[in-house]
Amino acid sequence: PNHTIMPNQIIPPPAKYGGRHTVTMIPGDGIGPELLNHARELFRFCCVPVDFEVVNVDSSVTSEDDINNAVTAIKRNGVALKGNIETNHNLPPSHKSRNNLLRTSLDLYANVMHCQTLPGVQTRHRDIDIIIIRENTEGEYSSLEHENVPGVVECLKIITRMNSMRLAEFAFRLAREKGRRRITAVHKANIMKLGDGLFLKCCKEVAAGYPDITFDDMIVDNTTMQLVSKPQQFDVMVMPNLYGNVVSNVCAGLVGGPGLVPGANYGENYAVFETATRNTGKSIANKNIANPTATLLASCLMLDHLRLHDHASVIRKAVLKTLSETQLHTADLGGQGTTSEVVQTIMQEVQRNGFLNPKHI
Amino acid sequence: FTSKTLMQSNNKPPPARYGGRHTVTLIPGDGIGPELLNHVRELFRFSCVPLDFEVVNINSSITSEDDINNAITAIRRNGVALKGNLETNHTLPPSHKSRNNVLRYTGLDLYANVMRCQSLPGVQTRHKNIDIIIIRENTEGEYSSLEHESVPGVVESLKIITRNNSLRIADYAFQLAREKGRRRVTAVHKANIMKLADGLFLQCCREVASGYPDIAFDSMIVDNTTMQLVSKPHQFDVMVMPNLYGNVVSNVCAGLVGGPGLVPGANYGHNYAVFETATRNTGKSIAGRNIANPTAMLLASCLMLDHLKLHDYASMIRNAVFATMNESLLHTPDIGGQGTTSEMVQSVMRNIKSSGPLTTEL
Repeated sequence: PNHTIMPNQIIPPPAKYGGRHTVTMIPGDGIGPELLNHARELFRFCCVPVDFEVVNVDSSVTSEDDINNAVTAIKRNGVALKGNIETNHNLPPSHKSRNNLLRTSLDLYANVMHCQTLPGVQTRHRDIDIIIIRENTEGEYSSLEHENVPGVVECLKIITRMNSMRLAEFAFRLAREKGRRRITAVHKANIMKLGDGLFLKCCKEVAAGYPDITFDDMIVDNTTMQLVSKPQQFDVMVMPNLYGNVVSNVCAGLVGGPGLVPGANYGENYAVFETATRNTGKSIANKNIANPTATLLASCLMLDHLRLHDHASVIRKAVLKTLSETQLHTADLGGQGTTSEVVQTIMQEVQRNGFLNPKHI
Repeated sequence: FTSKTLMQSNNKPPPARYGGRHTVTLIPGDGIGPELLNHVRELFRFSCVPLDFEVVNINSSITSEDDINNAITAIRRNGVALKGNLETNHTLPPSHKSRNNVLRYTGLDLYANVMRCQSLPGVQTRHKNIDIIIIRENTEGEYSSLEHESVPGVVESLKIITRNNSLRIADYAFQLAREKGRRRVTAVHKANIMKLADGLFLQCCREVASGYPDIAFDSMIVDNTTMQLVSKPHQFDVMVMPNLYGNVVSNVCAGLVGGPGLVPGANYGHNYAVFETATRNTGKSIAGRNIANPTAMLLASCLMLDHLKLHDYASMIRNAVFATMNESLLHTPDIGGQGTTSEMVQSVMRNIKSSGPLTTEL
């Protein structure tokens, strides 16, 4: 089956009434609520024609009503912006991760993370520009585990031809759209011959239809080692779920940390935007020290998805300009700035560029 | 929980030793394995190490399991082995299992893979003064090689975690930490998603930790761990984890201290020990060109000498290797130089000769 999906092309445009979009907002836990509040403030300040429908998900209860409401709201609006929902380890194993449930219910099969060296941030490596495309619904995250014999647990990692093919198609189309030259598939097919072997085979099949893009593959352990020594060799990477998790985090660490990188989850009909490394940040919640960059850049990705490109560029420029002012850096970047100072500066920057906004801040 | 307290150097009978000389199985493997192990043999002969190698070749291109079974028998006989990596031929059917894997879990039950990642003097890296010990479960987890395609196009790959193996790897980790005077053990897992499997692993670690109140125990999710490793690796002391995460974390750490040519690895079981390079690379593209970095293999042979309680020889060779590492002119291409393998080995031999003990002619 040929799944021809480009995130910005074939999906019908999301709900838009009276010229204003409605987007579901899930505050989540930890630093989610405060950062999403800032995103809302900023949108109001910049007169972005987006209204947020806030849906709270309580992570401490076992009932699935909250998350089902959220899924319904996203199905209605088509787009969501979310913070990470904490997974309570003390609840029984039948209580699945809410974030995972969201992803699988909405079939958000592709997780895309663009890792770029940002100006103004000191890192050990320069000139990194990697797009990571990660399978988002199966693999090791199937939540299918059982204990047949006491003391022996079997955990199922599922790889299917259908999901591997559509992810590979997504990756190659995205690479072509962004003018990228090379895709690297990351796998461990020397050990998991059937599972990762199937994934690799699907990638190779899809690659044959894109002769303008080079395709190669690399084993995950070698990949992580190359990433910490020579990350500039990578262009676009595609991989199953767990390797995607690890590789995303390594890349996020290379460009400056979890506070900087936005992430997007795309499905055939829906899109959900969040920070790339999905941290709850419980220990720094409500202290006004969290880095808002990742969340704000994620909201820009959302604006691009809604085709509000002008608003997206204005905000993105302002965020990156503010990032280059070292004295405003938050604690995760080694500075002592506060979240609100950073957001204020971004607003000033937007105002300076003449964009329509209310007189009061 | 009754722990089988197995630190190799304590309860196990010492390996085969006749006439004061040890016999060790040598598996050359593929790629750069044969040439590097030849250098090790040369070096041992030069330094008059009381050790003989029994070479067992394994042909990685055939499906017959005779070769690997011979190797396992030889290791059982000698107790200790030094090996290069065996290539896994992807074009053979899935029933043809990785030979390295078969060695580890089938006959020899080498359940603990230990890698010590230390910043080496003379090697330029972005992070300095790293010293992390990674203890990785070596026999189960994602490497069970149990896969099936029940429905066409849907593959199920089984990751197995057992209480027994988790308890013994945790026990190994804490004992090693105590022996080396380490303060903290961190378990790496993904129990928020794989609640039963990694949850069991974590629970076993916690149980064992309670018996070692002098050592701090914490846990970290694997994605956060890899991110922390690339930004702040100094926070880690000893890390213990299941098989796949161990693979990834080992490689990240090897990259941090300078690459696959520098770090030695060891695989321990109750009765046997096998030494090799930590990141198990075959190095096919640089084979036979005299540019491979011999450091990892030489340091692995020193780990082996320590295991055989030939500590003087081990220190002598290790110090010579470090002294050679200091000379950047000799660095091989993987660490940014243009030196050759043989030049490095010659330099190590010269360093040994100048440190005094009896050697053969250069």
